[in-house]
Amino acid sequence: MTTQKNLSLPDRIWKFFASVTLAIILIAALALTSIVGTIIEQNAGYEKNIKVLSTFVGEGLAPAAYRIFDAMGFMNMYHSWWFLTLLSLFALNLTICSIDRLPRIWKLVTDPMIPLKENVLRNLAIRKEFTVSASLETAQSATEQVLKGHGFAFNTAPEDGGGTQVFGQKGGYSRLGVYVVHGSILVIFVGSIIGGIFGFKGGLNLPEGATSDVVYLYGSGSQVPLGFEVKCNWYETEFYGSSDQPKLFKSELSVIENGQEILRKWIRVNDPLVYKGVTFYQSSYGPISSPEDGYFVFTANTPGVENETIWAKKNQPFQIPGTDIFATVVDFSPALGTNRQTGQLYTYTSSMNNPAVKMVFTREGKETLKPGWIWKRWPQTGKLTDEITLDFTHYWGAQFTGLQVRKDPGVWLVYLGCTLMSIALFVAFFMSHRKVWVRIESDRKQTRVLLGASASKNRHSFEKAVDKMVSELTVKSEGGNS
Amino acid sequence: MSSSDLFNISTFAYIAAMVAYIAYLVFRKNGIGYTATGITILGFLGQTAAIIVRWQESFVQWMRFSPDTSFLLAISRSAPLRNLYESLVFFIWSMIVIYLVIEFVYKNRSLGAFVTPIAGLALAFIEMSGMSKDISPLVPALQSNWLIAHVLISFFGYGAFGVSYATANMHLILETDDKKSPSYLFWAVTFAAFIWCIFIMLAKLSLYPPVMGADGREIPVQPPVSFWIGGAVVYAVLLGLVWRLGLSLKKVFRFFALSTDILDDITYKAIAVGFPLLSLGIITGAIWADSAWGTYWSWDPKETWSLITWFVYALYLHSRLMRGWKGRKTAVLALIGFISVIFTYLGVNLLLSGLHSYGGG
Ligand code: HEM
Repeated sequence: MTTQKNLSLPDRIWKFFASVTLAIILIAALALTSIVGTIIEQNAGYEKNIKVLSTFVGEGLAPAAYRIFDAMGFMNMYHSWWFLTLLSLFALNLTICSIDRLPRIWKLVTDPMIPLKENVLRNLAIRKEFTVSASLETAQSATEQVLKGHGFAFNTAPEDGGGTQVFGQKGGYSRLGVYVVHGSILVIFVGSIIGGIFGFKGGLNLPEGATSDVVYLYGSGSQVPLGFEVKCNWYETEFYGSSDQPKLFKSELSVIENGQEILRKWIRVNDPLVYKGVTFYQSSYGPISSPEDGYFVFTANTPGVENETIWAKKNQPFQIPGTDIFATVVDFSPALGTNRQTGQLYTYTSSMNNPAVKMVFTREGKETLKPGWIWKRWPQTGKLTDEITLDFTHYWGAQFTGLQVRKDPGVWLVYLGCTLMSIALFVAFFMSHRKVWVRIESDRKQTRVLLGASASKNRHSFEKAVDKMVSELTVKSEGGNS
Repeated sequence: MSSSDLFNISTFAYIAAMVAYIAYLVFRKNGIGYTATGITILGFLGQTAAIIVRWQESFVQWMRFSPDTSFLLAISRSAPLRNLYESLVFFIWSMIVIYLVIEFVYKNRSLGAFVTPIAGLALAFIEMSGMSKDISPLVPALQSNWLIAHVLISFFGYGAFGVSYATANMHLILETDDKKSPSYLFWAVTFAAFIWCIFIMLAKLSLYPPVMGADGREIPVQPPVSFWIGGAVVYAVLLGLVWRLGLSLKKVFRFFALSTDILDDITYKAIAVGFPLLSLGIITGAIWADSAWGTYWSWDPKETWSLITWFVYALYLHSRLMRGWKGRKTAVLALIGFISVIFTYLGVNLLLSGLHSYGGG
């Protein structure tokens, strides 16, 4: 070992950053500090964390503890200067460590193999020695066939004593797997930094029918122009059976550029809309407190009329097509339920879980049919007579869709890094650089074979493969043709 | 038979298997060894059947709500990996799979004495916590194939880590001669805690059985404070016993020619399987979050704890590169890694969610 004292300062710094000891320290530091950030709720405000801290240090000390933690950046610690410094040191460590070792590994991968002396061969971790009753030439060609069959690239060299040595290797590149793992971490870092600098994350609540060309950043709330317009045509919640458990949230969005509709898509959770690098995710929804442009949408089925759509406003009578009946919406409830005890109808929540409209019907100015409620989720309530059905399908313009809007030009790098890491981890742990040397020499009427092998990893499984190769070799050289 | 009957059978099978494995360690009769493996396989089959029954139940439920879904999609949407209860069951199941493979490959049963109690503990934990076993319909965010992949992969990883916990624990027993050394105390405290959890579950079930609610669901009964004080005393006694008897276990392991080298090797191999799976689990989780919310990483406590776990196992892998770290120190890291797994998985929901306002589940 060279002593540290003889090294120049840059060399010493290099060595410091190339060391696995530093890696251990940094990874441990990242792990330990990360724990704190899971206990203190991040970006949560004073009250919540005072409560958290009180459970640990008592109510008296909590405010003081809060001030200390706040000053150290623990309230938003994953973005604090010292956590980012730790991450940067970690990245630097990883980079320098890899650069430091790569030349040596590269040499191991690309160096041509050379035949080994007998005494060296006998010292390898895996050794097999046996004789076959076949000529040297037959044994040699059998060996070459077996190595080829097992995917080894091999060479042959004559031995001093008249025999030959066949030697080969495979999987040399698997030694690079670990470096690709490390590199992929850096790729993910770069991707997330690019996303942080050049991207944005915001939200947008769009009422049905409304259009917007900006979104509002999370945190600051400032506006970011999109460069195009997005419009919400329709928002819809579906429920499981008759329950209030949502099954699906979906909105139909349009992208509009220069007054022209470019694209139209139904988005739902797990299925966003992407346009020009901006992604729109379905994230929430809600009612508009006093909709002015609300339309009640009905589908009418009467003799001679099939599935005709009607858009109606409250208190404005409309004619049911194919009949001389006029219908009027006189009342609306976003979630109309029945009280189990009294049987009375009441609105049980303000969100649109079970919307219903109260209708009155007139013919020639006189009331006809019974006035009553039609529920959107109970189509049978729209069956007015045997021949006339009026389904209440939607209250349009009364809800907004909550969109999460993101632009992240670095995300492809993050995914690239993730893909690389997945493949490289597999290579690093389950593949190995395998080498075999086979010395073949005549021994009176027989041929003596000495096989030595080594693997950079997973020696046990290579040993099994070698056993198989040995038996194939014996069969091939003795049995001849197979 | 209902799925919960089958689960109960496998819980008791795993606990019985632990007894059989320990008896095998003590009496060294092959017959006992085969019995132990047989009981474990029985428990495993029971659990597999239970999972299939549950899957079928939720498949029927899904088809009732969404009759127009294709068969494959319905199979995927009804996979029993949707809440804490179902994921725990799968965790244990995958650990037993990995254990049985290792028993077969290494032809060594001693591990079973450690793995089956972990399986029993975890299954028992489900009962103790009184968590919901309802088959609830999937909320929209959970309707994702990435989520299924995420949960499946993560739990196979956790299963592998469970095995590495067992071997690392045995390793520490073999390595230490001094009952006062920190590593001896460390394994004794954690091991006693695992046994204690099983004990306290059985005690709680028999002394304070859950009552049947009006809607047919079981409602867990919270025991009084005195129960927990008694529990603390029991833990102290257990710790004392484990601490005193640990060195005798060592003689048993020695007798089985279980060397620290073999144990170190299995621990490493199990982590070499678990680590890529954990990484893939984190990655698929990030992809799911990205497709659902547009954020692949948001530093929420669950994500962060999975990252911490990942760091701990990275520490384990790299500590082996340092001179003098093979052996005891790496085994301690493997134990810490598994504690971190358990915390990621349960602690975040049970402890941190009490501290904060996140929902459970
Ligand atoms: C958390 C981040 C890291 C991960 C996930 C990671 C992953 C890995 C993996 C999977 C291996 C293979 C281990 C084995 O085969 O047993 C490895 C080896 C290694 N890592 Fe890392 N690593 C990380 C950080 C670092 C850092 C910061 C350094 C910087 C010094 C480093 C240096 C090494 C070295 C020198 C090896 C051995 C390479 C060889 O065997 O040729 N690692 N790493």
